[in-house]
Amino acid sequence: MIFKFTEENIKRIETARKKYPTALAAVMDTIYIAQEQNGFISNEVMEEIASVLGIDKVNVLSVVTFYTMYHTKPMGKYHVQVCTNVSCMLRGAYEIWDGVKDKLGLDHMKVSPDGKYSLEEVECMGACGYAPMIAVNEDYFENLNKEKVFEILDSLK
Amino acid sequence: MERIVLPQIENFNQIEVYLANGGFESAKKTFAKTPDQIVDEVKKSGLRGRGGAAFSAGLKWSFMPKTTDKPKYLCINGDESEPGSFKDRQIFEDNPFQLIEGAIITCYAIGAKVAYLYIRGEYNKWIKLMQKAVDEAYARGFVGEKMKETFGIDFSCDLFIHKGAGAYICGEESSLMNSIEGLRGYPRVKPPFPAQRGLWGCPTTINNVETITNVPAIMKNGWEWFSKIGAPKHPGTILFGVSGHVNKPGVYELPSGVLLTDLIFNVAGGVRGNKRIKCVIPGGSSMPPLRGDQLEGVRMDAESLKEVGSAIGTGGVMVMDEDTNLLKVLIRIAHFYHHESCGQCTPCREGTGWMEKTLRRIDEGNGTSADLDLLISVANNIEGNTICALGDAAAWPVKFMIARFRDEFEKYVNKNISIPVPNKVHSMRGTAIPLTEIQK
Repeated sequence: MIFKFTEENIKRIETARKKYPTALAAVMDTIYIAQEQNGFISNEVMEEIASVLGIDKVNVLSVVTFYTMYHTKPMGKYHVQVCTNVSCMLRGAYEIWDGVKDKLGLDHMKVSPDGKYSLEEVECMGACGYAPMIAVNEDYFENLNKEKVFEILDSLK
Repeated sequence: MERIVLPQIENFNQIEVYLANGGFESAKKTFAKTPDQIVDEVKKSGLRGRGGAAFSAGLKWSFMPKTTDKPKYLCINGDESEPGSFKDRQIFEDNPFQLIEGAIITCYAIGAKVAYLYIRGEYNKWIKLMQKAVDEAYARGFVGEKMKETFGIDFSCDLFIHKGAGAYICGEESSLMNSIEGLRGYPRVKPPFPAQRGLWGCPTTINNVETITNVPAIMKNGWEWFSKIGAPKHPGTILFGVSGHVNKPGVYELPSGVLLTDLIFNVAGGVRGNKRIKCVIPGGSSMPPLRGDQLEGVRMDAESLKEVGSAIGTGGVMVMDEDTNLLKVLIRIAHFYHHESCGQCTPCREGTGWMEKTLRRIDEGNGTSADLDLLISVANNIEGNTICALGDAAAWPVKFMIARFRDEFEKYVNKNISIPVPNKVHSMRGTAIPLTEIQK
């Protein structure tokens, strides 16, 4: 499968490129744009990123595999992230984590067969005062309990 | 009560409201001074970094070389991934323009033409808010080329937001620079320090978001005013993020040197269900924890916390009540550092994993008293033997949690070492191969 950036995205990459003195520095922004367009970063996507920025593919690969927010496999339409770090844990995050695991029938970094949900146990998301929390894709939901989490999951269509 | 970083003014995050309350006035006032005067004033104000090390901000700025052909850079650290710390997002949300004003003043003081604001990737909502604020500041000529007209000076600087992608280690300054350069977030060996060779090999200063947000207030009211707030050796206000078993968790801005008990019981509403406190981590998960019976009279500033054997860190106070299972807490902390170790230095990469495995063995009921000593010895071998401070950050909680709560941890382990088989080496290694297989 050949991957090509849309023209709009090429423009966004050029804007990102202008922020930095080197092309390599724009790689993180470009990977985000590619992930938005393609859903995940495959081999072809990495090749395209490298050729658009004029850098080596290995540079793209090394960045993609280092950071946890880049996915090399397709994730669900709703990527559910449950924080279980200390502040959340003290306020019952593991109940939520176990509940969500049972409800979705998924484990850490697994995707449901219909591609609707994926689940991740994440490290501290910086919402410790509003714990426990989950995030669905990019949106935070805070001050939760198990019932509220189930309501949120039920509302995802 | 003095509020510097998060003033309680409605809609302060709107540029009109900010300008109506004297916004960008202190920048105008400051640009009449020379950069040296500004650095000197910040030094005299006693402003110390709010990112963890509590290093003097003015002193850090003064390390920047005065004569150089290379461009200089400012990095503002908003990676904020320390468990227990959630203060910077409050600044992005409620006071973005003071941060921008602080950034341009700092750029002027150190002679930087470009500032990068590094925000963690998970904070998508706050990156958008911040980007909106930066765009507005550009449009009104407070940042960028138009600065020259607005302020009538021969200086301009740019402010760009760099989005991280979920790596705790990128909060470490040299790792943050590598991340901006588009590399893996590996920390660099120091020296050379960033002020000599930083971003793209050029002189660079890295400050926390909260530190930079303090700068306009110091310029506006003078260094004498700032140095009189809170504890004399660590002046100013600090954003405390209180979380865990308290009734009213949240971010509170208080003068430094406030009593820890005051913070927990009066400001954060006390402990849930009126329980007793077993443990408090005063500065985010990597700082040494304090015992519940140790809290009386402890003041929240860098020097006082050092005296009682902890550190101010990022001001993320985590409170745990008497029913907390500290073993589970420590496993979670150890798992975090195992997950976030970048893998560059062997002591940290291997040690964090072994600490987690040993703790899990204790949790499964197979631990002995010797395991507790083993954990401390592993922690001691990580501490100080790594390139960056994550090694220390991973070692401290394990080392001090076990040392200070030894009585509790002894309850989780068997007193006697029982080796069920004669082959001591294998049994102590906890090998995955069943012994029957080995004996065959």
